[in-house]
Amino acid sequence: MELLIKNGVVYDPKNGIDGEVMDVAIRDKKVVDRVDESKAYVIDASNKLIMPGGVDLHSHIAGPKCNIGRMLRPEDHYKDVEPRTQVKRSGVGYSVPSSFTIGYRYAILGYTTVFEPANPPLKMLHCHHEFRDIPILDKGCFVMFGNNWFVMEYLRDNKLDECAAYVAWTLDATKGYAIKIVDPGCVEAWKWGDVEFLDILWGRPEEIDEPVPRFGVTSREIVRGLCKVNKLLNLPHPIHVHANGLGTPGNYQTTIDTMDCVKDLAEEDRPAIHMTHVQFNGYAGSDWITIRSGAHEIMKYVNANKHVTIDLGQVIFTDTTTMTGDGPFEYKLHLLTKNKWTNADVESEEGAGLVPIHYKKSNFVHATMWTIGLELALLAKDPWRIFMTTDHPNGGPFTHYPRAITWLMSKEARKRTLDKISKRARSRSDLDNMDREYSFYEIAIATRAANARILGLKDKGHLGVGADADVAIYDINPREVDQSRDYKKVRKALSKAAFTIKEGEIVVKDGDIVKSIEGRTYWVKPNLPSDLMNAITSDLTKKFRDYYTVEMENFKIHDRFVTRSTPMPTYYG
Amino acid sequence: MASILLKLKAKVERPLDAYVISPDVFAGKSLEEIKNLEMWQGNKKVKLGELFDVSGEVGQKADDVSITMEGDLSKARRIGKQMMSGKIFVDGNAGLYVGDGMKGGEIHVKGNADSWLGFEMKGGMIEVEGDARDFVGAGYRGSKNGMSGGTITIKGRAGSEVGCFMKDGIIRVNGDIGLHTGIHMQGGTILVFGDADGRMGSQMTGGKVIVAGKVPDILPSFLIDDVKPNVKVGADKIAGPFYSFTGDMMEGGNGKVFVAVQKNEHLKKKEAYIL
Ligand SMILES: [Zn+2]
Repeated sequence: MELLIKNGVVYDPKNGIDGEVMDVAIRDKKVVDRVDESKAYVIDASNKLIMPGGVDLHSHIAGPKCNIGRMLRPEDHYKDVEPRTQVKRSGVGYSVPSSFTIGYRYAILGYTTVFEPANPPLKMLHCHHEFRDIPILDKGCFVMFGNNWFVMEYLRDNKLDECAAYVAWTLDATKGYAIKIVDPGCVEAWKWGDVEFLDILWGRPEEIDEPVPRFGVTSREIVRGLCKVNKLLNLPHPIHVHANGLGTPGNYQTTIDTMDCVKDLAEEDRPAIHMTHVQFNGYAGSDWITIRSGAHEIMKYVNANKHVTIDLGQVIFTDTTTMTGDGPFEYKLHLLTKNKWTNADVESEEGAGLVPIHYKKSNFVHATMWTIGLELALLAKDPWRIFMTTDHPNGGPFTHYPRAITWLMSKEARKRTLDKISKRARSRSDLDNMDREYSFYEIAIATRAANARILGLKDKGHLGVGADADVAIYDINPREVDQSRDYKKVRKALSKAAFTIKEGEIVVKDGDIVKSIEGRTYWVKPNLPSDLMNAITSDLTKKFRDYYTVEMENFKIHDRFVTRSTPMPTYYG
Repeated sequence: MASILLKLKAKVERPLDAYVISPDVFAGKSLEEIKNLEMWQGNKKVKLGELFDVSGEVGQKADDVSITMEGDLSKARRIGKQMMSGKIFVDGNAGLYVGDGMKGGEIHVKGNADSWLGFEMKGGMIEVEGDARDFVGAGYRGSKNGMSGGTITIKGRAGSEVGCFMKDGIIRVNGDIGLHTGIHMQGGTILVFGDADGRMGSQMTGGKVIVAGKVPDILPSFLIDDVKPNVKVGADKIAGPFYSFTGDMMEGGNGKVFVAVQKNEHLKKKEAYIL
């Protein structure tokens, strides 16, 4: 099929296109130079905003955590019900929607690629099963390695090559995309009930040099080790790190220490570490009374150091579900909020926890969190190294992205919310003095182009010839609208795409799904020298026999379970 | 007050989601418009006029609308959902979820009401002449937000887990009550004149449960603190004397359970533990 999108106002930062009126031609799922207008399906996009399909690099959309969230929160289902249509399945859920509904709602926002950021190796099969039920979106999943027995033991014994071989084998066996590190070492300690060890960290969040009990390896060594492994395997995405001390006042220093600990490993112009949902790791002060923003300190470091990228984890004032591989944090949150809580322990790999939360404007801590996310974004000098996320659903459901985007684009929108939040939070924040407003061009970077680049997806996040034909068309003229004053218009337009095109097919029209198609699953296939693989085979066999509840052969996920399996080969060394 | 009559044409066999039957929805509409209101029955949409004969007159504002329903409505759910004002009279039985999230106005049920009567109610008044089943004034599945205002009066008996996660308001039951009255309760008052099946206030953190009849026992996680001559409920004083217990200690709770001294001689031994 050929498609011609005519006269739209195009933002394509990767190709330097900043709001030019032009056509986009599509043939066979790709953007092409031109098509024959008389044969193509023509969309008149005059006075409309055109961007590449949205790319989200961190959103909890699949895997056991999401399912536990669904089980834990029936009250999340019945307040948000979507009936079936001719093309859509029915679904429920506001902060943890049904799998199908996740696909539809992202597509309606103009997003076409979303990565699930945290599954333990053993649970990857579950993740792929859910991926099969998330339509339209291209997907991939990061695999957690930061509290893994193999990894910690190899790193303790200085066996870097073996560690790399293990990570490569696991990514291949589980069809994962990148190395995720969650609260390195601490989740393992938590699983053993090492309250004393955790007390040290919770009391002094700047500590990343405390050896993990029983493993004798520190958080710093885990992060550095996996960063080296990442480089050895030439993975497309850098290590994706949820730092220690999340949700603890004073943790901004831990975040800086963690970023800094891999500085010497960075190659020129290639980010070596991605710090995720930094808002949750950006608190100064020493307790919940003295908490204040650590955004200035963090952004001073990020702006000066090119080896780092970050995403926001912006808070939205709403009812949502927190879910993370950081089991000990969720326990703390449960004690703090007295809300219901689930904890999970994944044998020798990782853990997880969930607690519902309602972010309130009047709550000093919640309001402070809200200001930190926005401060991070507004202080960023290089929009290519900062990505807009809410860490869905931790900061708020992804369906609120248009709201978060207009806070970045409009001082007036921020002021309206500032007028309603806790006065103490407002007076301690710098947000009132920040005049910066993101342009449409910068938004296109922070929600698409930069995300695709850091994920190593060369055909995503842009509209140049050869790009995947994923396009979002919004019913607003960016050259005419006063984005600051009429931010509500912008928000409305971004909430329901006029068209979303996925691989050349129109999937959304006038803000509703008109076609549902299957998306790809990206995963990396590292190629290892055979002697290296042989070196760990006996280790693997022994550990599986000694510690796992599954056979090693059953642990591997067959390609047939992977929807539109799209392996990306990488090479060792 | 303008009064409108909805008379059921035939017995309702399949569950009917009757959330449109509310003064706020009816206000300002013509009879014809009301007949055309859509609701779900089973998995099909039906028009109100297909099931009910509609007559009478409709007020312009919700507080001027009084709806009377005749026939057996035990399969009709969510009557008066989210209503803010006006009145509803149900002449016979009513189904599940009567007054779901109600904010104001009045609902009177002449027969019995099914479970979840007035759940997550925020204000207004519900009165049931007959019995009500479980989860009166509760928070719905998974929710911590139970009834937060208004009053519910049940002249017959009520089922189990009445006032689950209740936050405020008053539930008054003239007859007997089932198990776990005021489970997870956080505030407000439940007043029972009949006997209770027991385990009152399990996991409660605040609020009051008062039982003027017999109880089998008090949960071990409640501590006796006094014998009170009477207990205050709103402006009223309920004459006692009552044993006063505090709990649920398993939750570090500060809820109160009051139990009539006269009807519960088997609790006398607990008096020894009053400090
Ligand atoms: Zn996350």
